[in-house]
Amino acid sequence: MGNVPTSVKHCLSYEQLIQDYPWLGSRLQEEKCTLTREYPEYVKMIEVGPRDGLQNEKEMVPTRVKIQLINMLSETGLPVIEATSFVSLKWVPQMADHTEVLQAIHRSSHARYPVLTPNMHGFQDAVAAGATEVAVFGSASETFSQKNIYCSIDASMLRFEEVICTAKQQQIPVRGYVSCALGCPYEGPIEPTKVAEVVKRLYELGCYEVSLGDTIGVGTPGSMAKMLHYVMEEVPSSALAVHCHDTYGQALANILTALQMGICAVDSSVAGLGGCPYAQGSSGNVSTEDVLYMLHGMGIKTGVDLSKVIEAGDFICKALNRKTNSKVAQARSKSS
Amino acid sequence: FSFFNISPVQWLVQVGASAGKALPQRVKIVEVGPRDGLQNEKTLVPTEVKIHLIDMLSEAGLPVIEATSFVSPEWVPQMADQVEVMKGINRRPGVSYPVLTPNLKGFQAAVKAGAAEVAIFGAASELFSKKNINCSVDESLQRFEEVTKAAKEAGVRVRGYVSCVLGCPYEGQVSPDKVAQVAKRLYSMGCYEISLGDTIGVGTPGGMAELLEAVSREVPVDALAVHCHDTYGQALANILIALQMGISVVDSSVAGLGGCPYAQGASGNVATEDVVYMLHGLGIQTGVDLPKLMDAGAFICRSLNRKTSSKVAQATCKL
Repeated sequence: MGNVPTSVKHCLSYEQLIQDYPWLGSRLQEEKCTLTREYPEYVKMIEVGPRDGLQNEKEMVPTRVKIQLINMLSETGLPVIEATSFVSLKWVPQMADHTEVLQAIHRSSHARYPVLTPNMHGFQDAVAAGATEVAVFGSASETFSQKNIYCSIDASMLRFEEVICTAKQQQIPVRGYVSCALGCPYEGPIEPTKVAEVVKRLYELGCYEVSLGDTIGVGTPGSMAKMLHYVMEEVPSSALAVHCHDTYGQALANILTALQMGICAVDSSVAGLGGCPYAQGSSGNVSTEDVLYMLHGMGIKTGVDLSKVIEAGDFICKALNRKTNSKVAQARSKSS
Repeated sequence: FSFFNISPVQWLVQVGASAGKALPQRVKIVEVGPRDGLQNEKTLVPTEVKIHLIDMLSEAGLPVIEATSFVSPEWVPQMADQVEVMKGINRRPGVSYPVLTPNLKGFQAAVKAGAAEVAIFGAASELFSKKNINCSVDESLQRFEEVTKAAKEAGVRVRGYVSCVLGCPYEGQVSPDKVAQVAKRLYSMGCYEISLGDTIGVGTPGGMAELLEAVSREVPVDALAVHCHDTYGQALANILIALQMGISVVDSSVAGLGGCPYAQGASGNVATEDVVYMLHGLGIQTGVDLPKLMDAGAFICRSLNRKTSSKVAQATCKL
């Protein structure tokens, strides 16, 4: 028998494979150690700067700045740009101009512009404003769900079911997010099986993709791999994305691990916008520029122009009067 | 249960588990902060601060701490107090304190000052060698051979460094085969370990894998180390790939001391705290006490009047 096909390896867990075919043990061990690894040829970049990024910045920016940022990002080739959030202004004042933003941006034919919709009310407003894709935000941690959206995971799923059913009827795709996938600021470590359960629910309700968020950035390649192992037993890798935070500097290593396991969609934020609300002053979202640098260096295609992303990053940092969190942007501006 | 009540170490113990990849069980961290770090900082620190830093790092459990450099003070004034530092530090049993020695003269001065291990610095790029140490790669290797011969006779261990392994600020791309040749020569001369330095931090995991493939054909992987710079944020990803390829020695600098001299204001060395966080999260042993390491980082940053470059340190202080 020749090499075990990669597709087979990905379907079966390693332990199960060894159990069924003991003679495979040493061969698989060897293959794990081989110097060349398989990586996706193409990675889809999901830019969350204008929403997740700006929502978590101390400074508020004027509507025209948001619109210009999104327009600049559209020019870079980014295929998905999260534009705004239809959450009540009471909770997220930074996104109060959601309708204006969505209606004023120049929508590139190469990009999609999902918006957050926590419930039916937000969904209806989003559709009225012209949204063609929406996103719902669940959590793998009960406590985080209670503290963040004031309801249990189960109750949130009922809310999302309403949104997803209605969206389906209107042929509007829905993306799901699961926060606290690698740890919760209140509960600490989260069982990977719990994450898998929540991801599965969102996927079965009808989300075309579920983004796994390391909300407080505590994950490392070990915990990332373990979590993905359990999640991928329930949902195919083609329907998954990773949303890594760089609070502990682990984001790129975690993203690399995810790629090695077959994930090919990555969330990031231009200039690393969006600090960590649980560690004041610490970084949050991983920088789009740094992710692109790694992917392009590995020969992985993204369709995105890195220098144009750096320009968009420069623009928004000036507007926010802050330094970029992107190391690539820092290095490029400082080298002769 | 509040996340805020547990220490980062306890957190890691609960969360971390290896995914079953072929990773080393133990990684040796080579702490280069007191030499490589401080040498590349704008602010000069007093001798007693250097000594205290090294002592704190010893207490943190680091097995190798690069203490100083026996280069002429004319070129590297920050290391002018080399003898005083060597004599002043509290040497912990089992810990190694290598010092840089660019030539025989430096070697002799180092041994006189009590050094038991030295390091020599080669380059994989001709232009870099000329600009950095004013001679060709071949000439530098001849100089180093004098040092390794003398070191053998004196029973002193020698570590070799190769810089520009993933790119050169002058030549641009560097061939992995050229790196392999230089590494091989250093190894055959008697260096017990060769540290491969991504001097300008431009490397990405693909290039790192290719490089290690080429070098490990000439030098056993047990004798290799990686010295990654974080100028483009790629260090931890590059280190992870290196671990997956059998490397088990990693150079790093407490608090990420040492900017990049080729991109003013950009970061240079990868922060030891961030490397240790990743390794412990992977279930890999290092012998390092992360909270004590962070104390050492906080101390030197106060003395330098600068913020830490370590994300772990930034996050932990803010919780």
